[in-house]
Amino acid sequence: MAQRVSVNISRRNGAPGDAESCPGCKQLLSAAELKESLNVCPNCGHHFRLGARERVAMLADSGTWEEIAAHLRSADPLEFFDLRPYSERIEEAEYDTGLGEAMIAGTCRIHKMDTVLVVMDFSFMGGSMGSVVGEKFWRAADTAIEYRFPLVAVCASGGARMQEGILSLLQMAKTTCAVDLMSQAPVPFVSILTHPTTGGVLASFATLADVIISEPGALLSFSGPRVIEQTIKESLPDDFGLAESNLSHGQIDMIVPRNQLKDRLVQVLGMLEGGVACALEPLWEEEAGRPGRGGPLAGALGRIKALANAPWRSLKG
Amino acid sequence: MPTLPGVHLKDEIAKITHRLRELGLSRQVDRAVWDKIELARHAERPYTLDYIHHMFPGFIELAGDRCFADDAAIVGGLAAYMGRTIMVIGHQKGRDLAARTRRNFGMPRPEGYRKAQRLMLLANKFGIPVFTMIDTPGAYPGVAAEERGQAGAISATLLCMARLDVPIVAVIIGEGGSGGALALGLADRVLMLENSIYSVISPESCAAILWKDSGEAHLAAQTLKLTSSQVAELEVIDAVLPEPRGGAHRDHAGAAHIVKEALEDNLRQLEALHPQKRKQERFAKFRRMGIWRENGLTLF
Repeated sequence: MAQRVSVNISRRNGAPGDAESCPGCKQLLSAAELKESLNVCPNCGHHFRLGARERVAMLADSGTWEEIAAHLRSADPLEFFDLRPYSERIEEAEYDTGLGEAMIAGTCRIHKMDTVLVVMDFSFMGGSMGSVVGEKFWRAADTAIEYRFPLVAVCASGGARMQEGILSLLQMAKTTCAVDLMSQAPVPFVSILTHPTTGGVLASFATLADVIISEPGALLSFSGPRVIEQTIKESLPDDFGLAESNLSHGQIDMIVPRNQLKDRLVQVLGMLEGGVACALEPLWEEEAGRPGRGGPLAGALGRIKALANAPWRSLKG
Repeated sequence: MPTLPGVHLKDEIAKITHRLRELGLSRQVDRAVWDKIELARHAERPYTLDYIHHMFPGFIELAGDRCFADDAAIVGGLAAYMGRTIMVIGHQKGRDLAARTRRNFGMPRPEGYRKAQRLMLLANKFGIPVFTMIDTPGAYPGVAAEERGQAGAISATLLCMARLDVPIVAVIIGEGGSGGALALGLADRVLMLENSIYSVISPESCAAILWKDSGEAHLAAQTLKLTSSQVAELEVIDAVLPEPRGGAHRDHAGAAHIVKEALEDNLRQLEALHPQKRKQERFAKFRRMGIWRENGLTLF
């Protein structure tokens, strides 16, 4: 069964120290070993978090990533101050992560397929969604519609950015409108949910995708487990909110281990474009979405040829 | 209080308190904000069904999401309105303990949001305008609610509202708590009663997370900017509706009269627009939501 992952906000991206103990199997893993395996434990398959830049490197064909809206920054509209000023927290997050916000957006090619890619990073203030994340998502959707590229959103978020108050809540409405524009176009929209995807992000664009893919063991819930425990005053089932539980309750389409993610993503996008030559092995031979199996699809990628004139591309524009 | 070696909590607290004072945020926070929160949650405040009772001469409640259950935390149905029909949907808290339990304190489960979607689509089919009333501490945090897709139910309701061809007017009548409230709030016009609040998180939870102490809820409330005038300043809502003297809880009929007039006004303006144009304006409005910096400029 999948392991619950403890979220450690202080751990920095891509710099996991010299050796780290796997929360899944307690084995000590060296930084180099982890990097080699895309931050997945080679022993038990536990998925560590992956930073946004590393995710782009993993998904995008090398040298094809062009970032958009990189210059957007939070304006601290509420002049929010708790134990520390919000502006100070932002500066620290920028310094720690090397990112300008909790989401980066850009265009790239994924196995030669033109794609708009947005990636969230949990280490930037818990991947929380404020005005900048909403605006970046909107611009990414705009780009997808303009060029008739599919949009892929890799999500990791603790929810709305409290420090931007009601403005952060309204980003749910804003990103929802952006999703609707994409479906009017239509351009395919696929979300990839990673550990953890919760709150306002899960309750807006993340669950509005045409196809929802999750990584194994990811926590996917609207309310956090602690909030629920306090409300119902009893402890939660071990698999509460995990991707595996969400799959069995019909909330997501499939679970794909990280090492198969890029291939499977291209297969899904290709199928949605309707341009994939039917060189794929029959899907029904594999138990759909269950992780841990290579399956007949593992080697099928080389046989996919996405056609340039996918039907949805020629509908308008 | 457990302490770490080398950490002197007293000193730390003194330092922080001093800094707060410098920033004009003394611990003796402005009562006005907390008073508004208490008014928004007042046990005698009119709820959705009270407004329906006072605003419309006839109302047929419609129940159920056709999938799983009828969620009493959201009520909805067809109301007679100025010689025609309007679809009314709103959160419903209970007045006494039994009703509160039955209505889950106005905290909807996925069924509530799916019922709302069903009623909105029904209204859309027959060109009936949609009127929503928002009054909830938030969507219910429970295991079963999560298993039945609480997040997906909220996002689908938002998408449903974005897609409606008919005019939508939303009024925040009490507590506008987080995603559970917003789910009924993607409207052409969002109005807010003077003593209601609209917030991404309750001040208590915000204090528990950021101050590590839910006792600091007053401070959190101060800084969250959740009162009607503050929310209006952030251009998140379209108008603030004044309440009868002393607050809506002192005069249900008076409050309902104010809401009814505002509904009439806004609906008249919205119906003068071509549906296509109305939807464009709805999208343009939500596209503008947010404040950020770009090339050194602060943008709305």
